[in-house]
Amino acid sequence: MLKYALKRILLMFPTLIAVAVIVFLVLRVVPGDIVELKLTAEGGEVTLEQIEEEKTRLGLNDPMHIQFYKYMTGIPRGDLGISLWTERPVADEISARIGLSFELAILSTILAVLIAFPLGTLSALFRGTGLDYVIRIITIGGIAVPSFWLGMLLIMLVLSFGKLPPLGTVSLFVDPLTNFNQMIWPAISVGYRYTSVVARILRSSILEVLSEDYIRTARAKGLFERVVIVKHGMRNALLPTITVIGLEFAFLLGGLVVTESVFNLNGIGKLFIDSVVRNDLNLLQGLVLTVATSFVFVNLIVDLCYAALDPRIRYQS
Amino acid sequence: MSTESSISLTLKQPSKRTFLDFIKQQPLGFIGLVLIVIMFTCAIFAPQVAPYNPEDIDFEASPALGGGEPSWEHLLGGDAFGRDILSRLIYGARTALSIGFFSAMLGCTLGAIIGTTSAYFGGKVDLIIQRLIDLMLSFPIVVLAIVVIAIFPKTVVAGIDVNVIIAIAIPFTPKVARVIRAQALTLVTLPYIDAAKAAGFSSKRIIFRHLIPNVSAPFLIMLTAFIGQAILLEASLSYLGLGVVEPTPSWGLMLSGVNSDYYRTAPWMIIYPGVAVSIAVFSFNLLGDSLRDWLDPKLKL
Repeated sequence: MLKYALKRILLMFPTLIAVAVIVFLVLRVVPGDIVELKLTAEGGEVTLEQIEEEKTRLGLNDPMHIQFYKYMTGIPRGDLGISLWTERPVADEISARIGLSFELAILSTILAVLIAFPLGTLSALFRGTGLDYVIRIITIGGIAVPSFWLGMLLIMLVLSFGKLPPLGTVSLFVDPLTNFNQMIWPAISVGYRYTSVVARILRSSILEVLSEDYIRTARAKGLFERVVIVKHGMRNALLPTITVIGLEFAFLLGGLVVTESVFNLNGIGKLFIDSVVRNDLNLLQGLVLTVATSFVFVNLIVDLCYAALDPRIRYQS
Repeated sequence: MSTESSISLTLKQPSKRTFLDFIKQQPLGFIGLVLIVIMFTCAIFAPQVAPYNPEDIDFEASPALGGGEPSWEHLLGGDAFGRDILSRLIYGARTALSIGFFSAMLGCTLGAIIGTTSAYFGGKVDLIIQRLIDLMLSFPIVVLAIVVIAIFPKTVVAGIDVNVIIAIAIPFTPKVARVIRAQALTLVTLPYIDAAKAAGFSSKRIIFRHLIPNVSAPFLIMLTAFIGQAILLEASLSYLGLGVVEPTPSWGLMLSGVNSDYYRTAPWMIIYPGVAVSIAVFSFNLLGDSLRDWLDPKLKL
């Protein structure tokens, strides 16, 4: 197991380096000029010299290979450059906001797993019945309903009870209850899709497993149906489900980009949109790297879980 | 299912299954198809179907001025500028369906070409393409789309936002490429490909004439599913102000900038556009799911 884990961790580095290089190359072709945007935003006439001066000051006029060198050598030290807009270090900008998004992601994952497991299992065990149809329609709905719209409906719901959602986030460690009160609504609005995706994969993998020979064997040797389903069925159906939970967790940021705007939460998603609107290349670069890195890490955790659950994987590689 | 019927199913040629069989076996998919046809009809005949011009302003129907409730005059109410919401939804279907269709088509086509090429050449080409695909798949769809939006300058050709279409198509490409490659890998080993090679056909001809036509089932399934996802993505991007822009009627745009005032005073401004997006995506998902069950139940998307 340890050997497998080490090997898997070492394999992460080439991937991360490739991501870093490609992100740099891709984002250098972004048109539009932050400097012009920034200077004109402050009002007044801007001369070409001023723009050039500002660009030189921000290091945008450096030759490509120097910029690339600075960027690549900065990454291992956690230096992602400065935000071209606020001129604060990108790493600080991101770390100031990542906590909120991470909390939201965790909360919606818990929510999704708690709801998806009974839904998916029931749907599979009562296949073809009315219950199955109802659950399937609910879960297909989860993939169809835009999460930001669901968020708006939730805000409307809360408002109709006469309760104003508290503005400005309170830290989890200062006042857990108020924090929960604020986070639960966005968590539901991203979590609906998450729940549906997990429930659907669980349903189809249980169905697939239940048609396997070893299930027939287990039944034939007279095991209780409960034991057959839980020990022989669920355990094997869990593997693809864990992959999907991991994937969706890593992809939650996509949902957060939109949902954070609805609930006016100051997380990574909002920062991401700001960086695009302002053409803040360095910040965008840092954010894309963060997303990719978190995906790689989640993938690592999923693979390790997999290996822990299924000895075949450990020995194969 | 008895053994007998499953044997007869495997022996049956797919071409013998008719549209009627589809309705009988996949009622949910048929419902999706009907909804899709209705939406396309509304979109095409928007000027005839819509009660008003989507850009006509009627101050009486503006919630900002205290009016605009759904009434016989404005069935679904009016928006902040007093424009008829029903008409804007019907015209919005044009934007949603055209962007949805063209971007899913572009994404699936590129994906099919990349996937079959990767499987056909194998070896190093395959390895490099696979790594690139893995890399692209490590980004959430929305994130990838927004990065593409940042890269491509805004271009509108014949009233259609080309950069939005490209931004939506690119995140789908690697997904399609991976599925198609897996299918094509088994095709490449078949004798008719060897025969085509022996006949001296060019690689291009074999890929386009012999491989791509044989992956049409997964292509169709993914196209249907991704039109739904593309509509959802278009709505999200427009909501964020990164997709289509005013005055183009777009469902996502109708929800964007709806500030807290209207949550209380004009809930119809928020409810109906979201319902439109949900129904559209729901229908394509239903049809896509049923098509998969019908054509290729083992296909993993």
